[in-house]
Amino acid sequence: MSDFIQHLINGIAAGTIYALVALGYTMVYGVLKLINFAHGDVMMVGVYFGYATAFQLGRVARTTLWGVLAIFLVAMAGCALLGFLIERFAYRPLRDKPRLTALITAIGISFALSYGFQLDFGPLPGAAPRAFPEVIQPTEWLVIGDREVVVWNWQVISLLIAAALMVGLQYLVFRTRFGRAMRAVSFDHRVAGLMGIPTDRVIAVTFMLGSALAAGAGILYAIKDTSVQPLMGLYVGLMAFVAAVVGGIGQVPGAVVGALLLGLIEEFVVGYTASSWREAVAFGVLILVLLFKPEGLFGRASAEKV
Amino acid sequence: MRRILPFGLVAALAVLLAAGCEKKSQTSTETPTPTGGPATGTAPQGGPPPASDVILLGEVGSLTGAQATFGISTRNGVELAINEANAEGGVKGKKLAVRVYDDQSKPEEAANAATRLITQDHVKLILGEVASTNSIAMAHKAQEAKVPMISPSSTNEKVTAIGDYIFRVCFIDPFQGFVMAKFAKENLKTTRAAVLKDTKADYSQGLSDVFIRKYTEMGGKIVATESYAQGDTDFRSQLIAIRSAKPDAIYVPGYYNDVGIIARQARELGIKVPLLGGDGWESEKLWELGGSAVVGSYFSNHYSPEDPSPRVQNFIAAYKKAYGSVPDSLAALAYDAARVGIEGMRKAGADDSAALRDAIAQTKDFPGVAGTISLDDKRNAIKPAVVVQVGDTTAKYVATITP
Amino acid sequence: MPETAALAAPSILPIWARGVTPVLVAAGALAVAQWLLGDSPFFVYIASIVGVNTILAVSLNIVNGMTGQFSIGHAGFMAVGAFISGKVSLAFGDTAIAAIPESASDQVFLVGSLLAGGTGAALFGFLVGLPSLRLRGDYLAIVTLGFGEIIRVIVQNTPSLGAALGLSGIPQTSSLFMVWFWVFLTVLVARRIANSAHGRSLWAIREDEVAAEAMGVDTTAYKVRSFVISSFFAGVSGGLFAHFVPIINPNSFTFVKSMEVVVMIVAGGLGSTTGAIVAAVALTLLPEGLRSLFTALGGGNADLAQKVDQIRMPIYGLLLVVLMLARPQGLFGTREVWDVLPRWMSRRRRSAA
Repeated sequence: MSDFIQHLINGIAAGTIYALVALGYTMVYGVLKLINFAHGDVMMVGVYFGYATAFQLGRVARTTLWGVLAIFLVAMAGCALLGFLIERFAYRPLRDKPRLTALITAIGISFALSYGFQLDFGPLPGAAPRAFPEVIQPTEWLVIGDREVVVWNWQVISLLIAAALMVGLQYLVFRTRFGRAMRAVSFDHRVAGLMGIPTDRVIAVTFMLGSALAAGAGILYAIKDTSVQPLMGLYVGLMAFVAAVVGGIGQVPGAVVGALLLGLIEEFVVGYTASSWREAVAFGVLILVLLFKPEGLFGRASAEKV
Repeated sequence: MRRILPFGLVAALAVLLAAGCEKKSQTSTETPTPTGGPATGTAPQGGPPPASDVILLGEVGSLTGAQATFGISTRNGVELAINEANAEGGVKGKKLAVRVYDDQSKPEEAANAATRLITQDHVKLILGEVASTNSIAMAHKAQEAKVPMISPSSTNEKVTAIGDYIFRVCFIDPFQGFVMAKFAKENLKTTRAAVLKDTKADYSQGLSDVFIRKYTEMGGKIVATESYAQGDTDFRSQLIAIRSAKPDAIYVPGYYNDVGIIARQARELGIKVPLLGGDGWESEKLWELGGSAVVGSYFSNHYSPEDPSPRVQNFIAAYKKAYGSVPDSLAALAYDAARVGIEGMRKAGADDSAALRDAIAQTKDFPGVAGTISLDDKRNAIKPAVVVQVGDTTAKYVATITP
Repeated sequence: MPETAALAAPSILPIWARGVTPVLVAAGALAVAQWLLGDSPFFVYIASIVGVNTILAVSLNIVNGMTGQFSIGHAGFMAVGAFISGKVSLAFGDTAIAAIPESASDQVFLVGSLLAGGTGAALFGFLVGLPSLRLRGDYLAIVTLGFGEIIRVIVQNTPSLGAALGLSGIPQTSSLFMVWFWVFLTVLVARRIANSAHGRSLWAIREDEVAAEAMGVDTTAYKVRSFVISSFFAGVSGGLFAHFVPIINPNSFTFVKSMEVVVMIVAGGLGSTTGAIVAAVALTLLPEGLRSLFTALGGGNADLAQKVDQIRMPIYGLLLVVLMLARPQGLFGTREVWDVLPRWMSRRRRSAA
C-alpha cells in the first residue's frame, strides 16, 4: 500500500512536468495547427542552457534562490529566442503551404538539434549524458513511516512551479487582450488578420511562450532525473505529444489532465510490470481513448465544414 | 483473373531466372572486384585508394548515440596501438592506417560500414564493435568476404560463432555473470540479491540470466528481479520494489550512463546495500553521473589501471599523454585487439587473409594490457576477470577471479 | 494530361501482352543488372537498401499521397513483415525442394516468406485501419505512430523474436534482382491504382472527403483498402530487409524510420509515385554520399574524417528544412516525371530551334 502511495506521488510529479511540455504543444497547435515535432528538442536545448548557466554560477551560487531563478530565466529566455528563430525562418515561410511541409521542416529541425548536440567539438556537449548539477539539494519534505512514503522537496517545488505557470497561462489566454488575440488567431487566422490582429506577432509570441515553458519543464525534468543528454527531448516530446492528444489537442486543461494521466500510467506500468512496456501501454491508452472519443477527453467534436 | 494468371507465371519465371544469377554471383564474391564500386556513379568511391605502402585497417563504432563514449574510447585505443606500431617501423616496412566509420548504433549501418570498408577501402582487418548486435551484423559481412575481424569488447557468445574469421579479445557474458555471482556469494558473503536489468540491451539480459542461475546454484536467493530500458532516466519505481524485498546486494549489469543515475536514486530512496555490475560500468562518466552514490559498489572488469605491471603502466602513460584521460577498459581492449591484429600481420603479412586468420587464431599468451590473451578453438579469449570497487575518484582493485 | 494519353495510345501489342510486357522487360533488365553488378557487395547492399526504401516510400504514398490520410507508423508494418518473414525463413532454412536446384528452391522459399510477411503486415494494416480510419488528420497520425511503437515494444519483449539482441541467422538469400523486382511490382501496382477508377475515388477522398462521400464513394472501404495494400508492400520490404541485413533488431524500426519514409514522400511530392522513387533514392544515397565527400575531404586525417562523419545527420536535418523552404510542394508536386519532363524538353527544343 505504501508503495502504491509512493508511486502515486511520483506519477503526479512526473505528470506535472509532462504537462508543461504538453502545454507548449497544445498552444502551438492551437494557433498554427502544426504538430511541432521539434518541441522536445527545444526543451533539450533549454536544459543545456540551464546546465551551462549552473556551471558559470559555480557550486555555491547555483543553489541559492537567485541562482536557481537565474538558471530558469536564462534557459527560458534562450529557448524563447530559439523558438522565435525557428518560427521566423523555418515555419513562417510555409504558413500558407500544405501543413505537411511544415511538419517535415519540424522533423528536420528536430534531427538537426538532437544530432547536432551529440557532436563533441566546439561548444557542443557530445552524446554522453551529463549529471545535472543539484541546484535543488534533494531533501525529504514529508516522510511517512520508516521512509516508506517520501515526498521530496523537488517534487513539491516542481508541482508549485508547474501550477504557477499553468495558472499564469490560463490567465494570459482568457483574461488578457493578447490572449483574446491568440484565441482569435486559433479560431481562424485569416479572419483574425482581417480584423486587424497582427497575426504574425501573435503566432511568434505564442511560439516563444511555448518554447520558454518547455525550457522550464526541461529544467524540472533534469532536476528530477539528475541528468541531461541530447536525446532526452525525443522521448519527453513524444510522451507530451501523446498527452496533448489524449487530452484533446488545443485545449489547455486537456493537456494538463492528459499529462497527469500519462505520468501516472507510466509510473504504475514501470512499478508493477516492466519498464520496457511503458511506451506500449501509453500508446495503447491513447488508441483506446481516441477510438471512443476521437477528439480527445476535453476536445470538442467539430462538425466537418462542407 | 485472366490478367493475373500470366502475370503470376511471369513472376515465377523471373524468380527462377534470378535464382540462376544468384548462384553465379555467390561463387564470385570470393574475389571482390578490384575497382569496388560500379560505374553508375550512385555509390561514390570512399576516398582515394590507399597507397601501396600503407596497410589500411578498418574500424566501425558508435560515435553518436547513447554509448558514444564506448565508440570514442575504442577509437582512441586502436589509434594508439597503430601509432605505436608505426613508430616501431610498421609492419614489414609498411605503415599502418585506420579508417573509422560511425554506425549510429544501428545493425544495418554497421553492416553497411563493414561492407564499405571491405569492398571500397579494401581494409585488411576490421576492428569493432562494442555492442554485440552490431558486431554480429559486421561479422556476417566480414566472414562472407573472408576478412579477419577482431571485436575488442562484444561479449555475447554468438559473435565469434559466426565463422572462423571472427575473433575477440575479451571474455564472454556467461563468465562475467559467474564472476559476480561468485564474488557476491563468497567474497561479500551475501545471501539475498536483487537484479535490475536493462531489457533493451542483450548484454544486460545475458549477464543477469547467468548471475541468477549461478547465484541460486551457490545457495543464494534472488529476492527481486526488476527491469528498465536503456535511456530511462527515472528508476524510482523499480527501486521502490527492490527496497521492499530487502536484498543484501543489487546486481545492475547495465551501462554506466544508466547506472550512475540508478545509484543516485537508490541512495536517495535510502537503499544502502552495495550495487554490483559488469564492465558496462567502466567509464569516467560513472563518477560524474553517480557522484558519491556509486562509491563502495563493485563491478567486474577486464583490467584495473592499478595493475602495477610495466606494460599496463606504460600503456596508461602513453594514453594519458595522447588523450588526457586514464584509459577505460574499452580503450584497453581496443588497444589489445589492434595489437593482436598487428602481431598477426607481422607473422603472416597482410595480403593473404587466410594466413592472417591462422596467425591470429594461434595467438597464445599474448601480453595484452587487459590480461594475457590466449584464444581458444572458438576464437574467444580465455582470461581472468578482475573485480574492482568504486572509490572516490578511481576504481580500486579487489580480487581476480579465474575461469 | 494529354502527354500521357498520347504515349499510351498507339500500341501495336495484342491486348493480352500489354499487361505482361512491362514485367518481362523489367525482369530482363534486372537480370542483366544482377549479372553485371551482382558481385560488388557494397553496391548490392546499398542498392538493396535503396530498393527497400523505395518500396516503403511508394507504398506509403498510396495512403498518404493518393488517399490523403496521414500515416506515420510505416516502420511498424515493415517490422511485422521483417520478423514474420524472418521467422518463416528460419523455420524452412534447412529444407529445400528436391525437384529443383538448391538456389532455385531458396528463391522459392524467399518469395514464400516475403508473401507471408506481406500478408501478415496487411492483416495488421487491416486491424489498424478499420477502427482508426474513423479518425482524421493528426489523430490518425498519432494512432499509426502509436501502433508502430507498440509493435516495436512487443518484439523487444519477445525472446523468440530475439528480444534485444535481434533475430540473426536468417538465410541471406535476397538479391539485387529480388529487391528491385519487388520495387517494380510496387510501382506497377501504385500506378495501376492511380490510373484506375479506384484511384480516382482515392483522389476524391484526398481532395475533399465529405464531397467524395456525397458523390457516393464508400470512403471507409477505400481508405481501408489502400491501407491494406500499402502495409502489404511495407511488410514485403521488411521481409527483403531481413534477407540481406545479417541481424534484424527492433531498434531498426523506430519512429525515426517511419519519419524518414514520410520525409521521402513529401520531398518527392505527395501523390507522385516517381517523385517518391526519386526522393527515396536520393535521400538514401545522400548520407552515404556525404560520407564519401567527407572522407575525401578528410584525406588521410582519420580524426577529421571521423568528425565530419558525425556531421552527416545534423546536415541531413538542415537540408530537409532548406528543401521544404525552397520547394514546399516537393520535387514533382502531384505530377509524375513524364508530366514534367516532356514540357521541359519541348521548351528546350523550341529555344534550340
